[in-house]
Amino acid sequence: MSIVMAGVSLLTYGLVFVTPGDPAYTILHERRGSPPSDAEVAAFRAEHGLDEPFVSQYLSWLSGVLRGDLGTSYFRSESVSTLLLQYLPNTLELAVAAMIVSLALAVPVGVVSAVHRDTWIDRTSQIAALLGVSMPNFWLGYLLILVVSLQLGLTPTSGSGTLSHLVLPAITLGTGLAAIVTRLVRTSMLEVLEAEYVDTARSKGVRERLVVYKHALRNALIPVVTIVGLQFGFVLSGAVVVEVVFQRPGLGTLLVDAVFARDYPVVQGVVLVTAVAFVITNQLVDLAYVALDPRIERGERA
Amino acid sequence: MSERHADEHTWRSPDAVLEWLRERTRSQFAWSLRTNPGVRFGGTLVCLLAVVAVFGPLLSPYDPTAQALEARLEAPSLAHPLGTDALGRDVATRIVHGARVSLALAVAATAVRVVIGTTIGLVAGYLGGLVDAALMRLVDIQLAFPGLVLALVIAGVLGPSLRNVMIALSVVGWASYARVVRGNVLEVKDRPFVEAARLYGTPRRRIARRHLLPNVINPVVVLATMNLGTIVLTAAGLSFLGLGAQPPTPEWGTMIAGGREYLRSAPWLVTAPGIAIMATVIGFNVLGDGLRDVLDPDHLEERERRRS
Repeated sequence: MSIVMAGVSLLTYGLVFVTPGDPAYTILHERRGSPPSDAEVAAFRAEHGLDEPFVSQYLSWLSGVLRGDLGTSYFRSESVSTLLLQYLPNTLELAVAAMIVSLALAVPVGVVSAVHRDTWIDRTSQIAALLGVSMPNFWLGYLLILVVSLQLGLTPTSGSGTLSHLVLPAITLGTGLAAIVTRLVRTSMLEVLEAEYVDTARSKGVRERLVVYKHALRNALIPVVTIVGLQFGFVLSGAVVVEVVFQRPGLGTLLVDAVFARDYPVVQGVVLVTAVAFVITNQLVDLAYVALDPRIERGERA
Repeated sequence: MSERHADEHTWRSPDAVLEWLRERTRSQFAWSLRTNPGVRFGGTLVCLLAVVAVFGPLLSPYDPTAQALEARLEAPSLAHPLGTDALGRDVATRIVHGARVSLALAVAATAVRVVIGTTIGLVAGYLGGLVDAALMRLVDIQLAFPGLVLALVIAGVLGPSLRNVMIALSVVGWASYARVVRGNVLEVKDRPFVEAARLYGTPRRRIARRHLLPNVINPVVVLATMNLGTIVLTAAGLSFLGLGAQPPTPEWGTMIAGGREYLRSAPWLVTAPGIAIMATVIGFNVLGDGLRDVLDPDHLEERERRRS
């Protein structure tokens, strides 16, 4: 875990050094559209500590990070941590809303498809799930804007703040995830429905409806809940593109803007926060998995 | 009657029996491959796409990049089945050329991932010990980043271009292959046939290639097929953000980005490339699902795919 974290931080910091040529020169060149003078390059380097060797730059960045200081943006006056704190809530809001949308869609559909296995209901929902995973989410976003915002005039096309701003982005991001989760719920439900305790409940004369929704569903959801946690990375990746489509301020738009502006401290900050959040979620999911199902041995998954 | 009966029970040499068994499993395998609905449907879709990508551009009367400003934003018609874009270019022609770009990129990036991932997985699983521990930490580090975020930053830092997106998508994403291959190697490496090869004095490299690789290749094929679809999606996403193919290159993601300003007046500019992307990804996903049923009934790769 700590080795992984160290590697993550090294990779995050080192990523921007794959810039072809000299980063300082490239940044200044792209910023003003003309080749900068040697003095300007030297001044930029000195200002941002780029004239030191890589290892000492990395170590001073890392020691800052450990104290909660992620550096300062090249172009804005705010520190990177201020920017992150400013944009993070918007992205979290979107991620949580998308998770809710996906569960609200996937659990009923997955259960119904497992109960009516191999009927037209099951096939239709499987085809829908296939369409869901195969659809580019930015494209779905524009289709929704086209129909819901432009034709029906129900929601604003872009921005953030109110619930009506959140609806379309959450649906856009939630559908892809819903498609994955539907399949999981279905598989897990099918497994549970064949378990002995379900047969026992049936043979005692418990009504089928109760068997499905009380006995089976509860157990089927255990693996689903943990695997949904593992999809956190998917949600974060998806949020980047969805935020751009709906012009929502968030970590995604912050990252994309910073990448284009070559605002490296901001890029490093966003990537580090994403990766750390991702590692921690996966770790928690692993723990939850073991806690919920003692049959799983630890080790292979860690 | 009795003669024929006797004939059927003619003694066969062990070699002949082995050959007969081999032939039988091979044809059974081919049969299940041919009759699997996923393989049939997905395979057909993918083959169609490949044909379109290879021969489509030869059939179109239009140039995918030549501007014709007198024919801007024309609605779909017989002359332009999918309409024209803001610079008067034929959308259908650009979509067909886009298939070349997307498929070539997906195949190239997947090939690099497969080679890197399989090699690392083989080496880690077979050598074990410190080498294994070190390589697996590398895998963990890569899996700590959401794929798109890492690819986005690499492509952005290298500078926006199609080539850099390909590089970015090649160097991320091999970790899943490494994990799957390593897991399978660990399972087979102590089996008698590997032991026998070792006792026989077969060089390690040859054991890895001739005895281990064939036993781990099936889940890799399944994972790679699924990956082709994911890469088409991710590459389109990066191009949409402006990091990949630059105008006027006909690329599906770039086309969607270019069409979004005309969402109300010319909705076909956004819809058509999206459907092209979706059809491609559906093809690879269905083919991958079908191949998994045939090649990897235990779903070894599935757990890894969920993580990536």
